[in-house]
Amino acid sequence: MRTISYREAVRQAMLEEMRRDPNVVVFCEDARFWTMPTHGFVDEFGPDRVPVMPISEEGFTGAAIGAAMTGVRPIVDYTIANLMYVAWDQIVNHAAKNRYLFGGQASVPIVFRAAMKYANATAAQHSDRPYPQLMNVPGLKIVVPSNPADALGLLKSAIRDDDPVVYFEPLLLWGAKGEVPDGEHLVPIGQAAITRPGRDVTVVAIGDAVPTALKAAGALAKDGTEVEVIDPRTLVPLDKTTILESVARTGRLVIADPAHKTCGAAAEISAIVAEEGFGSLRAPIVRVVTPDVHPPFSPALERLMYPTPQRIADAVRTVLGAPSAVKDLVS
Amino acid sequence: MALSPEVLAEMYRRMLRIRLFEESAQALKTEGVIPGSIHLSIGQEAEIVGACMAVERRDYMLGNHRSHGHPIGKGAALAPLMAELLGRRTGVNQGKGGSMHLADFSVGSLGESSIVGSGIPVAAGAALAAQLRGEDRVCLCFFGDGASNEGMFHEGLNLAAIWHLPVIYLCENNGYGATTSAREVVAVTDIADRAAGYGIPGEIVDGQDVVAVHEVVTRAVERARRGEGPTLVEAKTYRYDNHAFGLHIENYRTTEEREQWLRRDPIPLLRDRLVADGVLSDDAAKTVEDEARAEVAAAVDFARTSPFPEPAEAFDHLFTVPLPARTAG
Ligand SMILES: Cc1ncc(C[n+]2csc(CCOP(=O)(O)OP(=O)(O)O)c2C)c(N)n1
Ligand SMILES: [Mg+2]
Repeated sequence: MRTISYREAVRQAMLEEMRRDPNVVVFCEDARFWTMPTHGFVDEFGPDRVPVMPISEEGFTGAAIGAAMTGVRPIVDYTIANLMYVAWDQIVNHAAKNRYLFGGQASVPIVFRAAMKYANATAAQHSDRPYPQLMNVPGLKIVVPSNPADALGLLKSAIRDDDPVVYFEPLLLWGAKGEVPDGEHLVPIGQAAITRPGRDVTVVAIGDAVPTALKAAGALAKDGTEVEVIDPRTLVPLDKTTILESVARTGRLVIADPAHKTCGAAAEISAIVAEEGFGSLRAPIVRVVTPDVHPPFSPALERLMYPTPQRIADAVRTVLGAPSAVKDLVS
Repeated sequence: MALSPEVLAEMYRRMLRIRLFEESAQALKTEGVIPGSIHLSIGQEAEIVGACMAVERRDYMLGNHRSHGHPIGKGAALAPLMAELLGRRTGVNQGKGGSMHLADFSVGSLGESSIVGSGIPVAAGAALAAQLRGEDRVCLCFFGDGASNEGMFHEGLNLAAIWHLPVIYLCENNGYGATTSAREVVAVTDIADRAAGYGIPGEIVDGQDVVAVHEVVTRAVERARRGEGPTLVEAKTYRYDNHAFGLHIENYRTTEEREQWLRRDPIPLLRDRLVADGVLSDDAAKTVEDEARAEVAAAVDFARTSPFPEPAEAFDHLFTVPLPARTAG
């Protein structure tokens, strides 16, 4: 075991895979800049594998697709998740669809890295959590690692995957440290983790809501409530078995997700449990998510938006029957 | 360099294949057996074949919604293309793509695309892959005058230029994007002039003259293979049909203009030249015509008698390894 940060895990995953496979390349604006996980890559791999990149998100996404269909495995780093929108056509209409449209003649092995900068006073154009939008696009796999070990293992698996994988990084977690196994560490895409076992309430938490839910679980344990925290880690394909089995044990479900409420990951998980696990539910499902409003700039407002330990703990008490414990802060 | 009689005859053969394929597509669409819309290349055969024959089978090619000519020009088998138009399981895309998305990777055709301009950066990527992997392949990318107004044109050409990629950007300037005249929406007279903005050569060529196109594109291919980067070639051409077959809006073009271009129909233009130059006898030309007609007829037969896909096949090819959980719900 070694202890490294999330950001360092991302860096090491790319380094290990680029050393292993000469077809792995990185497309990233300002890749040489010292804040980037790709800092130093040009020196090791040369400008062919880390080409100097113009500010051309749609263009280099298209180029990544052309390269991916012809034997290269690009990692495309948008640096800020919102910048993906500029490349939306290439991601949605081409990366996700080409294999299908062409009757299986080509795969599109690309990893799209998207760091989500929310809770950072960068306002609406830099603070989105766009994974629910892409969950609606068949043909893409979607992962949201919440700790360094998963960041490392899932990124390595994503790079080896033959299909496009969108890899979302909560920037809030970049500095978070955690233990990472030594040697080759791969986390399979499509497997949830039971991050904390518990018998009373299932809390499915996504991205940085995982450490938040763990804090809530710690506080609730003092009152004798045992929360089970599940980190799906992968949103497509979603490991619904792990979630349904947990709900079958606890009978109660809270979903904590920093993305918007409508048609979000939490909505999808709620629907799956309502359809396939209704018989186990002993209380209505509660979602702790971001209201359907843009992230406001002022920290005084923005800090009200995302799941907090308090909001998650209140939701847990609500599904356990405490009357009106959930104070919806903004809506 | 003078082209050999074999190459000239092959040009004639491929141009005829396109023309006859398109005429059959018109008939089949009228009959109601082709679902969706089809955009025909009738009138543009010379620029397609001239460009395709300047590259090798191993070279890559991308195209757009006006899509049947490109893979035929690149040498794809006709039957799976026709079967795809009819939505059959034997189609080149197994019934998943249809007319606008034909792809035949076996001849380097990396896919036509129905999103205008979208192939331009993808072509840069295919060329980048060849460069990175040390493979001697260039990429030929077809797009229209309309596509040259898309942001992708700018980003793609700039990427290809800064990375010195082996790409030949072939702008098929047929004067119109759907019903909009290029004169009204392109700020320069010649799209080739836009090459200057990327520091790459821009060439204008008569798109009705297959030999002229072949010559210009060959130069661009040689440049690309020498590692000197991309070229923008603008072929001045014309489509004789509506934007999409059956879309009867023609008031944006004049009859005189159409007649003027019809006088330069690339197929008789080439035939007359080959016969006059003694490259093909009239009989030999007829043989090529009969053979092309038979090939297209066989493709139509194949398509008509091919089965449709089974419902479960709708879930094939989404991922390399299928995800059963998603297909169930
Ligand atoms: C991004 C995008 N915008 C608009 C359309 C609708 N559309 C399809 S073909 C076409 C005209 C394209 O003109 P051009 O690029 O000159 O090609 P041509 O049809 O003349 O061969 C338009 C507007 C589209 N498919 N994609
Ligand atoms: Mg046009």
